[in-house]
Amino acid sequence: MQQISFLLLFPLIPAILLTVLPKGLLRTIIVWFSSLSLIFVSIGLATNYMGSEASFFSIDSPILDKLFFAGEIILSLYFLWRCVGIKKKEMYIPILIAVQAIVMIILELSGKLPKVENAFYVDNLSLIMVLIIGIIGTLICVYSLGYMKEYHEHHSEMTDRSKSFFFIFFIFLSAMYGVVLCNNLIWLYFFWEVTTLCSFIMIGYPKTEEATRNAYRALGMNLIGGLGFTFALFYMVFISKQPTIELDKLIHAGPALALIPACLICFAGLAKSAQLPFSSWLLGAMVAPTPVSALLHSSTMVKAGVFIIIKMAPILQHTTAGLLLASVGGVTFLMTSLIAVSQSNAKRVLAYSTIANLGLIVTCAGVGTYEAIWAALLLVIFHALAKGLLFIAVGTTEHKIGSRDIEDMEGLIVTKPLLGIVILIGIAGMFLAPFGMLISKWACLKALIDASPVLAVLLAYGSAPTLFFWSKWMGKILSVSSKTKELDSRIDANEATALISLAIPTVLTCLLFPLIAAKAIEPYCMHIFGQTVSLSRGNGIIMAIMFGLMVFIPLGFLLFSKKRNYVSSYLAGANVTGSLTFKGSMGLIREVKNSNYYLTPFLGEAKLTKVSLFLGGALILGMFVAGIL
Amino acid sequence: MSYFSKSPWVFHYDASSCNGCDIEVLACLTPLYDIERFGIINTGNPKHADLFLVTGSVNEQNISVIKNLYNQMADPKVVVAIGICATSGGIFRTCYNVMGGIDKVIPVDVYVPGCAARPEAIIDGVVKALGILEQKAAALKGEPVAESV
Amino acid sequence: MKIAVLFFAYLVGGLFLGGLLAGFDRIVTARMQSRKGPPLLQPFYDVLKLLGKRNIVVNNYQTFCVACFLVFIILTGVLFFVGGDLLLTIFALTVASIFLVLGAYSVNSPYSTIGAERELLQMMAYEPALLIAALGMYWVTKSFHVNVIASYSHPLIMYLPGIFVSVLFILTIKFRKSPFDLSTSHHGHQELVKGLTTEFSGPSLAMIEVAHWYENILLLGFVYLFFAFNPIIAIVATIATYVLEILIDNTFARLTWQFTVASSWIVTGATAVTNLLILTFFLK
Repeated sequence: MQQISFLLLFPLIPAILLTVLPKGLLRTIIVWFSSLSLIFVSIGLATNYMGSEASFFSIDSPILDKLFFAGEIILSLYFLWRCVGIKKKEMYIPILIAVQAIVMIILELSGKLPKVENAFYVDNLSLIMVLIIGIIGTLICVYSLGYMKEYHEHHSEMTDRSKSFFFIFFIFLSAMYGVVLCNNLIWLYFFWEVTTLCSFIMIGYPKTEEATRNAYRALGMNLIGGLGFTFALFYMVFISKQPTIELDKLIHAGPALALIPACLICFAGLAKSAQLPFSSWLLGAMVAPTPVSALLHSSTMVKAGVFIIIKMAPILQHTTAGLLLASVGGVTFLMTSLIAVSQSNAKRVLAYSTIANLGLIVTCAGVGTYEAIWAALLLVIFHALAKGLLFIAVGTTEHKIGSRDIEDMEGLIVTKPLLGIVILIGIAGMFLAPFGMLISKWACLKALIDASPVLAVLLAYGSAPTLFFWSKWMGKILSVSSKTKELDSRIDANEATALISLAIPTVLTCLLFPLIAAKAIEPYCMHIFGQTVSLSRGNGIIMAIMFGLMVFIPLGFLLFSKKRNYVSSYLAGANVTGSLTFKGSMGLIREVKNSNYYLTPFLGEAKLTKVSLFLGGALILGMFVAGIL
Repeated sequence: MSYFSKSPWVFHYDASSCNGCDIEVLACLTPLYDIERFGIINTGNPKHADLFLVTGSVNEQNISVIKNLYNQMADPKVVVAIGICATSGGIFRTCYNVMGGIDKVIPVDVYVPGCAARPEAIIDGVVKALGILEQKAAALKGEPVAESV
Repeated sequence: MKIAVLFFAYLVGGLFLGGLLAGFDRIVTARMQSRKGPPLLQPFYDVLKLLGKRNIVVNNYQTFCVACFLVFIILTGVLFFVGGDLLLTIFALTVASIFLVLGAYSVNSPYSTIGAERELLQMMAYEPALLIAALGMYWVTKSFHVNVIASYSHPLIMYLPGIFVSVLFILTIKFRKSPFDLSTSHHGHQELVKGLTTEFSGPSLAMIEVAHWYENILLLGFVYLFFAFNPIIAIVATIATYVLEILIDNTFARLTWQFTVASSWIVTGATAVTNLLILTFFLK
């Protein structure tokens, strides 16, 4: 219990300290110290409890209840205050805030709140999340030290509010710990809304018109999701036959009693994970500084959404509502993967890919069998690592080459080798065997075909465009020509540390994945379902062989290279200077320029967005109808 | 043992020829003569080719092209100049814009005269070139060579 | 022990069978064109000649990428013929193909880049069909393992006719035959010079050629699975499929990538998905 309290309360200290201290050595020391402490305690907590069944902790303190209630009111008031001066189409936001506040007040003052037995808990899933928040989250914080310095050098017109940046950052970490460790759903809901707050402030950080509008959009959509939570709580207290506000009791109540609140909570999760039709807020959030994108919008906050959906999985298993929820995820996966092909802005590609992978996790959670949950947990781990890595690598790349466009990353493997290699590792981690996401996709296919062939078909079609847009990017990074020279700008030490510290686990987890599966994932499945999947020895050996080949072949080439015979590339004989220029028509000397295919007329946002939003909305509606019936 | 004579891949370029010799070269690929019987394939890519069949008397625009293509061929390689224009300039020999033969630009191994050179003569020339190719392959040592011409 | 035997059988047998298959292909093609064609062992002569040429490169990475391509194709084939997991085989095949694509990208020449893009489009076109075929086989035999599927006593073709049709359709893409030989093609059928393989020469090209042989054997093995209940019928059907592909190659002209991707996905949807859905409905 002390470790839980530490994780929840300790981040507040650096948060407050960093608000007052100036940037420089003190900030670096505090961030490093806090990060290492959080990593240490997170690992400690995991070591204590990983592998065993869930453990519960009770706190008997009516003061805490009142504190949380006060916190919610303050939060609602703050949001309302920030709504001053919004545009007309954003008017729905204060209405949502008011509705939520009223319902919460009714709940708290009704006197009908059931007594909470256990306020906190740990189980394997929350421990996996704790490790993700603790390790990946803090590493991104370390990364931000270097990044924010350069960010403000590049954007000298912006006032340097990095103090509040780091303040919100640590508040966010604390809130995330709260979301994954709270058993009391009202407290969980409070932490949930705090993450919405952090996201809202961070997206608006650049204080440009675009950023502000996108911040309000994120706020609005997350509040719509929050409504789901509010109504779920209302149902659980006033309408349900077995009133409870505890998560574990809800899950144990089963589909007969808990299906409607589960659907409502899953609705909240869908909004937070930017599934269709809520995907636009995540895309708009890409205007925020890159550490924000890495932390909130790929590794951690959006994972809170799928986290809660996975938790609801036992209730949704074998129900029509569950299958419809799964199809929301499946359709999201297919449509966003297709749209990602048409994007050349690297952060948008990553955003669409994030939404797609979250869709895949939602599909598995909606199906809810033990195989599917096994696959979902694998996806959570590998995606958090690889995507966090890719985002911070893209952030550093943007500062070094001055552009976010994939076409400008040509030859990155030579211009900035560390970044090139890290991005290649990240992309490989996203779709190549034997790396993580591939294993997860494989597990998904197996899980889905048993439950619903339509979902499996969606996955089969959806995985095809993913290989296209990832390979295009990899190819671009590897495209070198004789004019590609190494850039001499240095990478900040903090950024480099974070990059390498995330790249190595991305590679290691794929090697150690049988171990991770056995220690962390299988016990969770055993505990919830009574049975679990384990990787057959044969397949494990095959993956080890593939991994070995991927590591040893490059080594072999590096060690045994002999002198090579270089010629220029074939340009129909019209080469002028080697491979770079050729003699075109009218005798003009032209440069060779290669670009990728983006298929915009077929897969562009303009073409596919309306259909996607419609499908997503229709399926969610179906889910609620199925839940009620 | 060298397999060059069993699988010679040709690459064909028209250096301002009237196309007469080019048509005869392509006729060799048709079912009537079918040089694929001997494993000969017309690749369009110098990097994949062993024999460089060139027709036409070279003009100013072609010089750099021929050099580029020759340099992009992998050793061992041979050049066959097909037609009298490629050999010496032919009837265009005294024109101001014509170099007067391929060997003014790159080293040629076999000359196949004729206007237009007959497919039988072309095949004969290619067979002679194969002999030279085998000799070159035997003489090839492992020294790396940069773009030479 | 059995695995070691199968491994070497594929390594050596695949090489010879693959080369003979390529030779057979060229002879049949020639006869369809009223020509005589090369000797049966011509592909071996080609590869041996290529190995004797000097390797010329544009950059430092391309040979490495092609070597990885060859190694992973062999690994995929071994995985398949040893009786491993079919899904993993398909994914390993993807990895192998990606290496070749990256090699083509790294050269940064117009022909190889467009060839690489088209190769990725082709991969996007056939991936759903392959995965759905594996799913269909799983549904009938209750296993993803090739040795279980191969020893299944009932004819899979009776359960999976739609899926087989979609596999036939995409085989034209995988075998690099017209109308879908967009990224690189057999000699004499050029459009982008040699597209994907333009900048590779000598030993690299030999590696690509040998890898294609191994890949063809793997694909024929996949076709075999549909008829595995009776080995004689299966071998006849496999050879018939390959002859059919050669016939299609000689009858059609190359089509656009738009058509390739769209038609592959539509045919897969119409035949394979329908097959799968009907199958899952009736066969529990």
